Amino acid sequence: MDAIADFLATYSTTFAIVGINALLALSVWLTLYAGQLTLGNAAFMAIGAYTSALLGRHLGAPFPLALAAGAVAAAALAAPLGLTVFRLRGVYLAIATLAFGEVVRVILLATPITGRGQGLNGIPPKTELWHIYLSLAVVAYVLWRVQGSIAGRAWAAIREDEVAAASQGIAVRRYKLAAFVLGALLAAWAGGLSAHVTFSIDPNDFAFTKAVQILVFAVVGGIPNVLGPVLGATVFTALPELLRPFKDYRDIFQGAILLAVIIYLPRGIVTLAELRKTRRLAEIGAADVA
Amino acid sequence: MLLETRQLSRTFGGVHAVDRVDLAVAAGQAFGLIGPNGAGKTTLINLISGHLRADGGSVLLDGATVTRLAPHELTARGIARTFQGVRLFKGLTVFDNVLVGRHARLRSDVVRRLVPRRSRADPDRERAMGLLERVGLRRRAGALAGELAYGDQRRLEIARALASEPRVLILDEPAAGMNPSESGRLRELMRALVAEGITIVLIEHDVGLVMGTCERVAVLNFGRKIAEGSPAEVRASAAVREAYLGAEDVA
Ligand SMILES: Nc1ncnc2c1ncn2[C@@H]1O[C@H](COP(=O)(O)OP(=O)(O)OP(=O)(O)O)[C@@H](O)[C@H]1O
Ligand SMILES: [Mg+2]
Repeated sequence: MDAIADFLATYSTTFAIVGINALLALSVWLTLYAGQLTLGNAAFMAIGAYTSALLGRHLGAPFPLALAAGAVAAAALAAPLGLTVFRLRGVYLAIATLAFGEVVRVILLATPITGRGQGLNGIPPKTELWHIYLSLAVVAYVLWRVQGSIAGRAWAAIREDEVAAASQGIAVRRYKLAAFVLGALLAAWAGGLSAHVTFSIDPNDFAFTKAVQILVFAVVGGIPNVLGPVLGATVFTALPELLRPFKDYRDIFQGAILLAVIIYLPRGIVTLAELRKTRRLAEIGAADVA
Repeated sequence: MLLETRQLSRTFGGVHAVDRVDLAVAAGQAFGLIGPNGAGKTTLINLISGHLRADGGSVLLDGATVTRLAPHELTARGIARTFQGVRLFKGLTVFDNVLVGRHARLRSDVVRRLVPRRSRADPDRERAMGLLERVGLRRRAGALAGELAYGDQRRLEIARALASEPRVLILDEPAAGMNPSESGRLRELMRALVAEGITIVLIEHDVGLVMGTCERVAVLNFGRKIAEGSPAEVRASAAVREAYLGAEDVA
């Protein structure tokens, strides 16, 4: 018993971060499943983190309310942003959302109430492990059910061929926007949870590298089903811990695994048992991600 | 008239791809649209289905102006189409392609799906299977759409278009890439659809197929409508013969 308690105590922060990263990976899954490469989720995470922390600090808002407020704030910002950026596709969409992330970061760096470059310190550790894993269970379940719904099929159709999707009666812009706004909501929720784990946050926690990291979790885990992003986040968060004894070679190991997966399992770790389907999809030239 | 265009026009750079075209398609009719390569047939139906914006003129469906509507809105109002180059959702199954085709007739099921219940018979799935049966693809329902042979892909595209229960079905060269027996079956299918009351606009290079299916035929050349009438009248038209001979001289 003591051993287990020790283990949990030693690694509780790691468990917390694994769960939060899984939520973040699922937040970008929404747009990726619809074939849209967006890189704004680190910024939405920041909005959730700062909003919830500031509401708790200055207004004494109860924790769940503070988290919800952060998520709603991010969604409210994502809606008009999405209306604008979804005029773009492919790399242009990716760059536009990345630029949005930079704007958010610069604003955080310049604003007194967010603590400028120092960020916020002394955020109370209100997040319990079960908050994170309950959120993750609910989100994963809902997304799994949504994937098989009419909306999920519409997203898949948009990913495969936008023109044909519109021709089937799918309001393409609206569906893309819905994926984007839901993703923002989810990323902000995860951001709020994470702020109350880490004690302090600063603008650079939510920079370009974070956006790319979230993307890597999702893509390496796999987009075809919602287990993929969860798996990707778990592997790539836990790995540095497991590789701690090989400290000097850690980054090399991680890079090698990333490369191997992308080359040999282009649809993600979760498709390990579906190599035949991967080959068929490649042969017929279907949309690549799922 | 169920579907009308009035002075419909579209230019690309300096090219008048569609030039002040008037069409009138009656309900329940099979209407043929022919013309040499580059005559503007595909552009014309892209204007009708909302995939391209018109520079001038209007499109009317059942008397209502629908010129500025988006493709998905037009599908909801009863216009379905296939594409000259075949645009299937290649990575989805044959069955899912048809289900997506039904999108305009479905109501959101997200909330219902969050509370799983024992599965009841789903009329939409049965309907999709029925359509696959009808085009002879029932046995391929689980295959990926991109894996089908070309003729099968064209038939799947028709089944997908029919899934939206269209009033007007626009087919852009559906027989291209089909062998004679396949195009024979296509002709049977089109006749059956017309008998059920669906209006068909058929673009085809196979003049035999058009003449054998359509009651009325319009001929485009360089974006202009140069003739319209019964198949016999069109065949007899000097302008049409000249357009086709001219095109062959160039080729
Ligand atoms: N997107 C576009 N951009 C520029 N020009 C175009 C475009 N689409 C069509 N055109 C031009 O418009 C004219 C009509 O083309 P369209 O494809 O409508 O002809 P078509 O009758 O369908 O020919 P085909 O029998 O070869 O399919 C052609 O000169 C074509 O080059
Ligand atoms: Mg054409």
